[in-house]
Amino acid sequence: MIIVVSLLIILMLISAIAALIYKDLISAVIAACMVSLIAAVLFYFLQAPDVAMAEASIGAALVTAIFVIAIRRTRRHEE
Amino acid sequence: MRKIIGIILLIIICWGIILALHKIPFGIPKTKVGEYYIDKGREETGAANIVTSVVVNYRGFDTLGEVTILFLAAIGLGAVLSNFKEKGKRKIELASLILKTGCRFLFPLILLFGAYIFIHGHLTPGGGFQGGAIIASAFLLVYLGCRGRIFNEVGCKITESLSGLVFIVMGLIGLTVGGHYFLSNFMLTGQINTLFSAGIIPIIYIAIGLKVGSELTGVIDNLMEKS
Repeated sequence: MIIVVSLLIILMLISAIAALIYKDLISAVIAACMVSLIAAVLFYFLQAPDVAMAEASIGAALVTAIFVIAIRRTRRHEE
Repeated sequence: MRKIIGIILLIIICWGIILALHKIPFGIPKTKVGEYYIDKGREETGAANIVTSVVVNYRGFDTLGEVTILFLAAIGLGAVLSNFKEKGKRKIELASLILKTGCRFLFPLILLFGAYIFIHGHLTPGGGFQGGAIIASAFLLVYLGCRGRIFNEVGCKITESLSGLVFIVMGLIGLTVGGHYFLSNFMLTGQINTLFSAGIIPIIYIAIGLKVGSELTGVIDNLMEKS
């Protein structure tokens, strides 16, 4: 159990750093979506299913979609 | 030079936070209100899910504030995007047959799941906000898969206003009839763990779910159509 949680946290950190480093903004948004998704799984492991559902539906689905729509309107690559 | 100033500021802020936090004992409950909710919440409100009993019953006024914040955010987005012209004549790229059929198949199922989440908010994990977000993601799927469908904006606004009105009216009835405070539980709590229980909690959660769902759908509609 503790190994799974630690692996998830390490994966979450890697995705968060990747979201900062990527110059392609679509990739950065997908990495941020991954952070939200892993956070939802961790909330579930911490026995907070209500928060996990909110995080998965808002953080991983809607916010990602809104960011992608905004990027489509502006530039895709960071300078 | 700027980096050095940033690092110094960061160290000062960290020092302040550590100074503030190290006096708080971790793991020791300092307030009795949490224990009270866990012990008495089920009998007092009749909701099997203690989180729901706190969110809607004990802290119902805060929930009204959250719904209002979301409403203001949606209005602000609409006001900002109203300057853009609607690109009605843009050539819409239609999705392939497989994607279209898949979206048509999945849309009612996701809608049903969202409705289940907020109707059963007092029994199972979840509630109005989660169910509303799931309903909005179903509409997002329609926007991505079946472009060119005309979205009923007026119906969305009417649903949103009516559900907000239901929330306020239930609170005002509680003010006059029940425990004489705003959003008091004036209906019978009934048998615990059944669908028709917990008094006003299911009604308010259905109102919140419809309100959040229609608001987020309006946000997605604004973004997809005007940008």
